[in-house]
Amino acid sequence: MSTEHIDVRYIADLARIELSDEECSTFQGQLEAILGYVETLKDVDVEGIEPTAHASPVFDRLRQDASRPGLNQADLLRNAPDSALGQIRVPKVVDPS
Amino acid sequence: MSLATESITSLRAKLTSREIQPGDILDALASSIDQKNDSVGAYLSYDLESAKQEANTADLSKPLGGIPIAIKDNINVKGLPTTCASKFLDGAYTSPYDATVIRKLRDAGAIPFGRANMDEFAMGSTTENSALGTTTNPHDPARTPGGSSGGSAAAVASDTAIAALGSDTGGSIRQPASHCGVVGLKPSYGRVSRYGLVAFASSLDQIGPLSKSVEDAALVLNAISGYDTADSTCLNEEVPDFTQGLNDGVKGMKLGLPKEYFGEGIDPAVRQKIDQAISGLEAQGAELVEISLPHTAYNVATYYIIAPAEASSNLSRFDGVRYGNRVEKPEDILDLYRRSREGGFGPEVKRRIILGTYVLSSGYYDAYYNRAQKVRTLIRKDFQDAYQNVDAILSPVTPSAAPLLGADKDDPLQQYLADIYTLSANLAGICGISVPCGKVASDNGTQLPVGLQILGPHMGEQNILRVARAAEQQA
Repeated sequence: MSTEHIDVRYIADLARIELSDEECSTFQGQLEAILGYVETLKDVDVEGIEPTAHASPVFDRLRQDASRPGLNQADLLRNAPDSALGQIRVPKVVDPS
Repeated sequence: MSLATESITSLRAKLTSREIQPGDILDALASSIDQKNDSVGAYLSYDLESAKQEANTADLSKPLGGIPIAIKDNINVKGLPTTCASKFLDGAYTSPYDATVIRKLRDAGAIPFGRANMDEFAMGSTTENSALGTTTNPHDPARTPGGSSGGSAAAVASDTAIAALGSDTGGSIRQPASHCGVVGLKPSYGRVSRYGLVAFASSLDQIGPLSKSVEDAALVLNAISGYDTADSTCLNEEVPDFTQGLNDGVKGMKLGLPKEYFGEGIDPAVRQKIDQAISGLEAQGAELVEISLPHTAYNVATYYIIAPAEASSNLSRFDGVRYGNRVEKPEDILDLYRRSREGGFGPEVKRRIILGTYVLSSGYYDAYYNRAQKVRTLIRKDFQDAYQNVDAILSPVTPSAAPLLGADKDDPLQQYLADIYTLSANLAGICGISVPCGKVASDNGTQLPVGLQILGPHMGEQNILRVARAAEQQA
């Protein structure tokens, strides 16, 4: 669990967050401290222990495949930052070349 | 005395005898908010007119008929803004649907009224991470109300709400309840539907009540509990009437005292109040049993891997595409994501997303996330073993009373460490309640509330309500 390699800007980019230089250096120190602290988990013997994903037993739950009312399109589009022709608009994603 | 100071139980009696109308309660709350919200800042917004319209048609025969309930601003209420106290959603999102808990509150006759301040996306323990307003502690304006449901707790404590809903991912109902001197209950995982709660850490989040009395908490829990097909983690279990057996007392109950929760680090004055409450329960006939929860020392480390990991995934939906604030003139779609998230999220949210992304990233997943999930299994097992021998567990909620505003502002790790006693209930999926057990004197001459935490087994809400009721009577 080495922590000296945390590259805050690289990880922030994976998370799709732009950071200022100032934020980067503040977070670097704070995250190093937190990651240093969580090193304590190395002391626990977890050999043969199953990981817990959910705190109570959850199984696949099937429902009848029947139509049911959905959310109102106009209400949803009102929340969209940009829309046209009943759809949400984003910058062009396809590379023109 | 203003109606705003009364409990649900007392108001319900007056409503059913036609002594008062639901609109009278709203008027009393509005006047109380006018007087206090500038200083306490519990509410981000409220809509008195629409609440009054609902009050006119409230069915007083229902269990919560005519009772206004304040709602933490991360729970969707149809037609109202949900901001999560974030610039990302401020002014840019109106809920298109009711969360299941809101539908259930309405079914029980209650009136959702007012949106309570919180730490942004429920990340924090002081409400200072709100991007939209400051909430102070009603017992001392220099101090925080706790968090993340700080607005909900401060609203109830300042008599600007009769009761409120909050959400608890690592103590976010119990801790502000303790700091504000009100009752706060985190239900067992799966007891209450999370549909319509803006997800922070899905395997840990639960919605629950903050209230002026244990009986009120039971009444709200009755209304919001139960199976929901819209949340696949919501359990199909019968919902008992939580008000039944409340007054049965603790005689013959076995109450566990985990030695790891009474070690170093507790403020001696807080410790004294907790010890008094425990002796009182013993005097009422409870049998005290010393127990051990051996993995307690790993609660904080385990939580601060799992919760940020889940948050980094859940908060990827805030990308500036479908809702929320989008940056102007993006160069391309990646620029749109990066800069919308940079401008929309505050520092604590960014910190946790980055931490969560890191512990899930290639090469670190096994060392951090997978290991934390295994330690989580051991923490759960500690509790399962303990509940073989005891009906409930007693502990402090926090090591000290409400902190001053701005304390540990730049030291997140120090803030995280104060969550030591509350995180385990979320990791283990069990239920917990904070009930006021007295006040301690602060350095600046104010009297600050202290809460006793009662932890019960999974689906053991009746146990903790019964103990909390007994503790409440001796406080």
